[in-house]
This record gives sequence, C-alpha cells and structure tokens, in this order.
Amino acid sequence: MAVIKSVEDLKKLKSSIEKTNQKLIAENGNKKLVEIKVAMATCGIASGAKSVMEFLIEELPKRNIMARVKQTGCMGYCYAEPTIEITMPDEEPVMFGYVDTKKADEIIEKFIKKGELVDGIIPINYVLAT
Amino acid sequence: MSPKYKKTLLVCNGCSCQAASNVDLVDFINVKLKEYGLDQEINAVHSVCFNKCTLGPNLIVYPDHVEYSTVTKDDIDDIIIQHLLNNKIVERLVFNEVYEISGTEKKQYRIALRNCGFIDPEEIEDYIAKDGYAALAKCLTEYTPVDVTQEIIKSGLRGRGGGGFPTGLKWEITSKSQADQKYVVCNADEGDPGAFMDRSVLEGDPHSVIEAMAICGYSIGADKGIVYIRAEYPLAIKRLKIALGQAKAYGLLGEKIFGTDFNFNIEIKYGAGAFVCGEETALIHSMEGLRGEPTLKPPFPSVSGYENKPTNVNNVETFANIAPIINKGSAWFAGIGTEKSKGTKVFALAGKVNNVGLIEVPMGTTLREVIYDIGGGIRDGKKFKAVQTGGPSGGCLTEKHLDLPIDFDSLSAAGSMMGSGGMIVMDEDDCMVSMARFYLEFTVEESCGKCAPCRIGNKRLYEMLTKLCDDKGSPEDLDLLRNLSVVVKDTSLCGLGQTSPNPILSTMENFFEEYHAHAVDHKCPSGQCKSFLRYYISEENCIGCVVCARNCPVNAISGEKKKVHVINQDTCIKCGVCMEKCKFDAISLN
Repeated sequence: MAVIKSVEDLKKLKSSIEKTNQKLIAENGNKKLVEIKVAMATCGIASGAKSVMEFLIEELPKRNIMARVKQTGCMGYCYAEPTIEITMPDEEPVMFGYVDTKKADEIIEKFIKKGELVDGIIPINYVLAT
Repeated sequence: MSPKYKKTLLVCNGCSCQAASNVDLVDFINVKLKEYGLDQEINAVHSVCFNKCTLGPNLIVYPDHVEYSTVTKDDIDDIIIQHLLNNKIVERLVFNEVYEISGTEKKQYRIALRNCGFIDPEEIEDYIAKDGYAALAKCLTEYTPVDVTQEIIKSGLRGRGGGGFPTGLKWEITSKSQADQKYVVCNADEGDPGAFMDRSVLEGDPHSVIEAMAICGYSIGADKGIVYIRAEYPLAIKRLKIALGQAKAYGLLGEKIFGTDFNFNIEIKYGAGAFVCGEETALIHSMEGLRGEPTLKPPFPSVSGYENKPTNVNNVETFANIAPIINKGSAWFAGIGTEKSKGTKVFALAGKVNNVGLIEVPMGTTLREVIYDIGGGIRDGKKFKAVQTGGPSGGCLTEKHLDLPIDFDSLSAAGSMMGSGGMIVMDEDDCMVSMARFYLEFTVEESCGKCAPCRIGNKRLYEMLTKLCDDKGSPEDLDLLRNLSVVVKDTSLCGLGQTSPNPILSTMENFFEEYHAHAVDHKCPSGQCKSFLRYYISEENCIGCVVCARNCPVNAISGEKKKVHVINQDTCIKCGVCMEKCKFDAISLN
C-alpha cells in the first residue's frame, strides 16, 4: 500500500482503483461483471444477510456467473431485510427485499440468468448527493 | 442475454394495496395474460411496497416505466389491450408517466447516508473511488483553518445529536480557545430507544466520519481525535478499527498528511452504554475514567473539555455531513432545507408504520410525507394517533401536526424536539399514558443520580404514571403529575432531567382526555392498560364445569361444582386463560 503524500497521490490512487475495476472486466472476456451488494449492517446480519452472502459467493462460480459480491452497510429498508442490490452489466441496479437463500437461488436462476424480474423488488425512493 | 420476458408488471405487495384489491392481482393478471396468449412474453410479479398506499392498488409496467394507480381487476383488460398490445398508455390510470425503476417520487435525499449501502465499509478504496478524502485534501491544500470554519458556518449546519447548536460556531469557539493541546471528539454514544442512525453510518461509511474529524482537527487546531462509542456496537467498532488502520496505512491519518504540516490521529474510547454519557460533559468525564456524570456549563467543552483542554464534540451524523459541504460548497448545502435548519436529517422510522427504515429527508419535509409516502402509512390500516420524536427527551406530535414541516425550530415550537432522529409512530391501539410511563421508566434507569430533581423527581413521576396505568389513580394525581414535571424540567442539572418530563407534558397537552379517563373514569380508552380489564362469568352460560377454576394460575376463581363460578377481581391477573379454556362462552371481558 503506497502512502499518499500529496493531493496528486490521492488522484492517482483514485484512477488506479477505477482501472483495477476495468481490468477485472477485461479479464472477463471484456464482459462486465454482475455486481451484487448485500446489506450487511448489524440488523441485516441479524436477519440472515450473512448466509445469503456466503450462498452467493459459493454458488455463483458454480453456476458460471462472473460476479462480484460485496458487503455494504445499511441500505435503509429495515422492513425488507435482508436486502441485496444487483447491477447487471450496463443496466440500472435493481434492489430485492426479503432475500433468504431460497430467494437468492431464484434470483440467480431467473433474474441473473434470464433477466426475468421476480417477486420482492424494492422501488428505490431516494436521491443521492453525489 | 435477452430477457425471458419482454415486459413485467410489478404489482405492489404492500398490505394496503392488497387490502384495496379483492383478488390477488398477480395471479389474476397472469391468468389474463395467458388468455390473451401473452404469457410467454409478459409476466406479473409482486414488488415490495411502492409507498403510495393511498392510491393503491398500484402497479408498474417495466421496462416502460409507466406507473398505474387505483387499478382494479376490471382495469386489467384495458391495460392489456391498450398498453401491452397496442402500446397506448391507459391515461385514466396513469400515476406517473416518467416512472423510473430506480426512483419513485423521490422524497428522500441522502447526504449523510450517501455511501451507506453502496460501498464496502471495510475497503478504503471504495470510499476513495467515491471522492473520499478529497475534502480533506482540499482543506489542507487550498483552505486556511479559518476558511474551513467559515465554510461550515455559511453552510448553516446544526448539530445532529439533538441540540441543534450551529456546528460552525462551535468550531469557531474551539479554534479561538488558546491551549497547547485541543481535541476533536466524535459522540457515537447513541442511546435513544429505537434510534440507530449513528450505528448505521459507522457500519456503512466509517471513513466519512474519520475524514470529517480530521477536517475539524485542522479547522480548530487539534491533532488528536477520539471516538466515544458504546461497547454495545461491536460491528461498528470493528469496522471503525479497520477503517482507522487503512487510513493510517495510506498516510491519511498520522504525520504530515498530504505532505502538509498537519498531523492527526484518532483513538477509540468505549462507553458502557449509559444514556447520560451522550451529554457532552458526562461523555468527557466518562472518557477521563470518571463517573459518567454531567457538570454545569459553562465552562463549555469548547473552552475546557477533555483533560481540561478545549474540546470540540460533534455527533456522528454531523460529521457525516462535513465532506460533502467542503466538496460541493456551503452554498449548495445552505440551499437545502428550511430557513434556519439546513440540509437533511436522518431518521430511524419505527413503530406502527408499514415500512420501518432508515431514511434521510431534507429539512422541511412534513411528517405526513415521512409517515405516509416513505413509511407507507400505518400498519394494518389502523388510524394514526401520534408520533414520538426525540426519544425520551422529546414529545409526541398528533394528527394536527402532520403537515408541519420538520426542522429544529418547528418541532420545538410544537412541544417536541428534533433529538437525534428517532421517530416512533403510534396508532389508535397505543395508550399515551402507558407510552409516557415507558419513557419515564427508561429515564429513571438512566438517570445518573447526581441531582435530586432528576434522581427523585423522575422516580416519583414514574410511580404516579404506574398508579394511573394500574387503575389506582385519582384526579389529584393529574395536577401533581403536571406540577412535578415542570419542577423536574426547571431544576435538573443537565439535559437528561431538563427534558425527561417532556413525554408527560406533551401527552397531557395533546391527550388530556386519556389521562382523565385513567384517573377519573377508571378506563383505558385504547384498552392497552391491562389493569382496567375485568373478566366476568355470565350466570346464564356457566354450568359449573370447574375448568376455569382449575386452569386459573392464581386461584382467583371459586365456586362449587355445577354452580355458577365467580372471579375474585383483586387476585385476577388478567391473563385470559379462563376465557380461552371455557367451552361455554361464559366468560367475557368488559
């Protein structure tokens, strides 16, 4: 890990992070990865997010899906925990609620493989300050 | 990969949409689609609540981004024939033509939660990719410490921990205090029942707090930061520690940050979860290893705080707002919110709403928008009664306050307070006397005991409320309750005692008839206080089978075999077992 000694260093690091992400894509035959985020705050974990995340990490390679599974903090949908967000290559992210391993299996088979929307989509209701 | 279905109808599965429709619309639509021979191309699925409960049943045609509301089963043919077969929107049902799947009518605006749920909190690279530490870089290389303070003052940011003190002003006072050592303290001692805003920020985006503490350090001239966090937050602590390690490894904390002469380090101190330690003087004493008791202000921590040095204490959410203010400018932040409360506020929306959740809305959003549009309305179609804001120090707001724009001043004027952001919604089944008792029980347990009004006064208030809830109250108790509440409020040493009677005073103000019913009519209108319940055995139906008497856990039922039984009301604990066991419907409840 190179130490950041100037503003330039920070900018370089930022662009190298972006490049690493692109390299990952190049390794995947220039196809982008499926990005999956699992809400893993204390409350998410308590309602089972951890086993869903482990299931996804284990099952996706077995089913030949190139995906990057990431933990995040709270997504804010306490009523629909565990929640996950899936971004298919070049598509808008789609958020699912009430995801247990059974639901995760259905999401892989139907949504990720066939692009079919399944029960449990959460309409996103905020704007981000970015 | 081409999607299996060309179109999908997303049908809201919220309970009010379900209740508004007498059939399962998903099944109904799928059957209809089959009839039209469309089932291979189009399907219908349930979606999580769209939060437009008053307009239900709602559905969205994806990917056309068309949203229909008040759809009944009779409308399905029109939607199929017009929209799906002929690509003509059914105008009369359209709610919003430009509906995006990633954005309904957007009431929420996320500043403090901007990264929460989007980045991996254990990867500093994720944070940097989202412009992380750019604000710190900007401050250190482009701004003088005074510039930074001025920027925060101009933004109008006020402390998010509850008090609403202007953050920039606090920084300015601390920066003007002369000392060889100053401290930046992050107050992560989140203690309101039902509130979890700060935990979520620390668990989801710890670097935003670290970066802001360093900016604050630069602004006030401190090189040490301390996060005071309750030990009850193990995951937040773990992620914060990882984040601190990563920031140090990259040189974003430590010596000569960004090649400048600015040094800054952060350590963590653990609290044992005492509510009073959220009060800044008590928090500082706890950090010093003393009892977590408040002391009189002045001197304010900005002048003499931790180890008697000038100390700037800010809450987690306040810090989470700093980096965006620096990056986007104070004018941008000051453009959001109301005249005197700028920016957004994170709320932990809980209680009897359909969609409990962590939300962030611009200041000035109304309670109605929060409860109905974001929260999806009251659970099970019940009637809204009140909402408690500000936790045990706050008050309750009622139906007449629903259109009140939420900000620091409007909530205080309405007899409640912003507090740290807990928002507990109550419906018609909740008893306000019992609610006030719940909060008083909490304050009695959490009072540090240093000053008499809080230590003794709150205890007496709690006892009076218990008396009322136990059907032992009298009309005189109501005056006593109100008078003592005022005394405790006026004479307590710190914020805990000065605000603890608020739940009583505001419920007495808004729901006096409930207090009157408890004390004078000996009734609990919502039926929540069990002491007012009376089980009776009907002389007509009782055949004297003795089943009730045998099952009563406290032997409150007596009577001879084959003769009418009687319940001794003094012994009865209102458990309801007798009523459940009686096969002859002989036991009833008043």
